[in-house]
Amino acid sequence: MKLLYQLGEYVLLMSRVFSKPEKWSVYKKQIIKEIYQIGITSLPIVAIISVFMGGVITIQAAFGFTSPWVPLYAVGFTTRESIILEFSPTIVSLILAGKVGSNIASEIGAMRITEQIDALEIMGVNSACYLILPKILAAVFINPFLIAISMFLGLVGGYVMGIAAGAVTSYEYIFGIQSFFETWKIWYAFTKVIVFAFIITSIPAYYGYYTRGGALEVGKSSTRAVVMSSIMILIFNLIITQLFFT
Amino acid sequence: MIEVKNITKKFDGRTVIEDINFVFEKGKTNLIIGESGCGKTTLLKVMVGLHKPDSGAVLYEGKDFIQMNAEEQQTIRKELGMLFQAGALFDSLTLEENVQFPLDMFTTMSEEEKKERVNFILKRVKLEGKNKLYPAELSGGMKKRAGLARAISSFPKYLFCDEPNSGLDPKTAIVIDELIYELTKEFNMTTIVITHDMNSVIEIGEKILFIHKGKAEWTGTKESVLNSDNEALDSFVFSSEFMRTVYKKG
Repeated sequence: MKLLYQLGEYVLLMSRVFSKPEKWSVYKKQIIKEIYQIGITSLPIVAIISVFMGGVITIQAAFGFTSPWVPLYAVGFTTRESIILEFSPTIVSLILAGKVGSNIASEIGAMRITEQIDALEIMGVNSACYLILPKILAAVFINPFLIAISMFLGLVGGYVMGIAAGAVTSYEYIFGIQSFFETWKIWYAFTKVIVFAFIITSIPAYYGYYTRGGALEVGKSSTRAVVMSSIMILIFNLIITQLFFT
Repeated sequence: MIEVKNITKKFDGRTVIEDINFVFEKGKTNLIIGESGCGKTTLLKVMVGLHKPDSGAVLYEGKDFIQMNAEEQQTIRKELGMLFQAGALFDSLTLEENVQFPLDMFTTMSEEEKKERVNFILKRVKLEGKNKLYPAELSGGMKKRAGLARAISSFPKYLFCDEPNSGLDPKTAIVIDELIYELTKEFNMTTIVITHDMNSVIEIGEKILFIHKGKAEWTGTKESVLNSDNEALDSFVFSSEFMRTVYKKG
């Protein structure tokens, strides 16, 4: 019952979020701020994780293929498939759900308990639209770039660490990552990224917006936001995969 | 002028304010006083539309705010300014950006005009030169003045102040009270101040509504508040030894 109530509340909130902004020029500035906050500040963590994970995937694949019948370029192929299909769009989005999601929930939650949201409402500003819409638009715009960078760095990490570990040769790795490439898989990956970007901004924003109480509740909202966003990412990952692969 | 008529508000079946009637006059500092938890803030939140009353009407110049559609309410809201208890300044914006916010959002003023207005307002609340400071860098008194600056930056018709001098030392509290009083006269606003500070009542209480246990118990002025026959008001006003001593001497 509670989940249904929350779902209804979330839908109503989103209907307020996607209403006409009071003044686009103010919102444009907010969107640029959010692109920096959500996208640019996440770049270091995404880059570090991608490079190392790319390396780990390559090494694991290389040492997993023990049969002489499996060509070594399969290592590059496996690394590319893992990174493009799952690691960059899903795992990086899960990491962003933690970083960005907790930040959004606590920021909006703190604004709620310190009456800043009331102040916006009294001024006649649609607080839901002003606070949440720029975050959603910023994430939907910047996350595909962030994930594209993650994919590139993951493949670079795989190359560098694969060669350094003696798991694969340069020629075989590059040949592998170019083999059997299918364009629709890129569409699949970026469809997921856009859906996940919406999830990791709108769900934490919902939990932050409806925070009641004090600092303790802000912390709880932040935790709930990250948990719920992660679960929703996994559920939608399954749904989108089912849609693309069948 | 704002008039509240038969306002009743319940939370989870519990009546917080009941059948409140009062007229808040233009160009005057109208005070709502009463003990903590008596329903003062609830009444204020009903008046600004943050809470919907269970019954009654809030009339802005004769028009019922509760019955208005969203667009009409929006028009009224643009004429409201509110000073919150803790300031409610936007943490991510500088003082200047906070004060300029309503102008950015709702006016077509040029950047130059907005800067001019912001500097005028900041000077008026004695915060000139602090434009680039963030709320976290301001003292308690400065935050209140900054909140007041933001509330009046669009020259509103109605100013609401929720316990404007709570948490301030007596000297700073008087500065805030005087500022509210002066601005009310200067901009001819309908000002509503919630307080339980007797200094404020004596300083600026041109019209007073005393709420006791959610009901309008007494109405009057700062001249009559010390001589009332009302037992609840008397107990509220003279709850401190200080007030009793001062009054006996006076």
